[in-house]
Amino acid sequence: MNIGTIPSVLPCSVAQGSYEDRPLSGGFAGDLLSDVMGKAKADAVLVTVQAHRNTIAVASLAGLAAVVVCHGRPVPEEMLDAARDEGVAVFVTELDPFEASGRLWAALNGRT
Amino acid sequence: MDRVPIDTDTGAKVVLELIYRLKVSDVMTPGPVVATEDRTLREIQALMRDRRFTGVPIVNERGGLAGIVSIGDIIEALDGGYIDERAGERMTRQVLSLESDMPLSFAISWLNRYRFGRFPVVDRDGILVGIITSKDIIRALLLEMNGEVERLESEIRSGQGDSGEPRADGTTSLCRTTLRWDFENAGKASAEIKKALKAAGIDPAIVRRAAIASYELEMNQVIHSWGGTIECRIMEDRVEIAARDGGPGIADLDAALREGFSTADEWIRSLGFGAGMGLPNVRRSADDFFIDSSPGRGTTVQATIRYAPASAADRAGEGGGSAGGDA
Repeated sequence: MNIGTIPSVLPCSVAQGSYEDRPLSGGFAGDLLSDVMGKAKADAVLVTVQAHRNTIAVASLAGLAAVVVCHGRPVPEEMLDAARDEGVAVFVTELDPFEASGRLWAALNGRT
Repeated sequence: MDRVPIDTDTGAKVVLELIYRLKVSDVMTPGPVVATEDRTLREIQALMRDRRFTGVPIVNERGGLAGIVSIGDIIEALDGGYIDERAGERMTRQVLSLESDMPLSFAISWLNRYRFGRFPVVDRDGILVGIITSKDIIRALLLEMNGEVERLESEIRSGQGDSGEPRADGTTSLCRTTLRWDFENAGKASAEIKKALKAAGIDPAIVRRAAIASYELEMNQVIHSWGGTIECRIMEDRVEIAARDGGPGIADLDAALREGFSTADEWIRSLGFGAGMGLPNVRRSADDFFIDSSPGRGTTVQATIRYAPASAADRAGEGGGSAGGDA
C-alpha cells in the first residue's frame, strides 16, 4: 500500500499533497511525540490528533511517510508549510484515531 | 495604540530570544486594583475615574478571576440605565487571561491578535496575580534590549561565533542555540543536523538515530531548560551530539532517565510533549550515552552514534567519560 492509496481506504481530505509517493512500511498511532519519535518505523503513516508544526518536525526526523490528523482537527497553515518543505503528506479525517487506525491496519494487512 | 510592533515569528533573533526568555510574570504589573462581584457598576466607574483605569478585573471570594468591567461596559450601563446594578450581573465573563509562567511572546501575540488593551494574569490555580498592558511590555523590552545590545557588542568585540565549516582534521561541527519555550523554532536545530548528516553521506539508519537523539535533546532544552546549545560533530567513525544548557539542572537524574517520568506541566503535555520518554529515547538511540547535571549548574548530555558496531579496540581507544549502551 502506498501513501497515495490512503484516501481510497480512509474518508479523508488531502491537506498537503506534495510528496513523493512510496510504499508504507506500516502505521503508528500516538499523540505523545516522543513515543512516536522512539517507536514509529521509517516510512510509516502516523495517526494522531496533534495538529501543529512539531508533529511535522517529528515525522520528518523519524522519516515517517504521512500524517493522518483525526477528528477533523483544523491544520494550521504553518504545519502545512512545514509539511510541504519536508515532503510529508498530510491527510485530515473526521474519524477518531481508533477507527482511522483500524481502516489503515486492514488495508496494510490486506483485509479490506 | 495597543499593538506591540514585534513579529513573534520572524523578528530579529535577539528580540525573539528576549520575548521567549521573559515570562509574563516578569513584565506584568503585580497586585492589580480589583473589585468584587457585589460592587455596583457606579462604584467601579468611580474607581476607574479616580485611578484612571480603563478596565477593572472582578474577583470572587478566593481571589479567582471572575470577569472584567471595561470602560465599554460602563458606557453601555449608562446608556442602558443599569449603572446601579452589581458587577457580578453585568461584567464581561468571557475573559481571556494569560498564565504567569507563559513566555512574553504569548502576551505580545494576544495583544496584536485581539483588540484588548490589557490582559489579566492568573497563576496555575486561576488566582489573579497581575495585569499586563502593551505599556508594561514596551517598558520591559526596552530595558532588556539595552542589556542585550551591550552583551552583543562585547561579543562582537571578542570575535565569538560558530562557523559550521569542516575543520582541518576532516570533522564537521555544527552548533545551534535553543530557547526556552520557543516551540515555533523547536526542531530546527535537529532538522539542520539531519540535513548536514545526509549531505555528508552518512547511512540513513545512523542519520535517523542521530536525528532522534538530537531532537529529544533539543526539545528537552526548549521545554525544561533556560536555553542552551545543540552541537553535532560528524567524525570519521561516529557522530557526536552534545547538548549543553545553563540550567536549572536535573534534581533527580535516575528518575529523569526512567521511562514515563516527567516534570512537564499540562500546557506542555497538551502539545504532545512531556511523555517522559525523551532521555530514554536518546539513550536507546546512542551507542554511548553520557549525562551530567545538577541543580543550579545546568545539564550536559552527550550521545555518540557509531557507523559500525563498536569493537573492543574502539572502546579501549576511546577512553573514559561515556556510559556504555543500555546500562
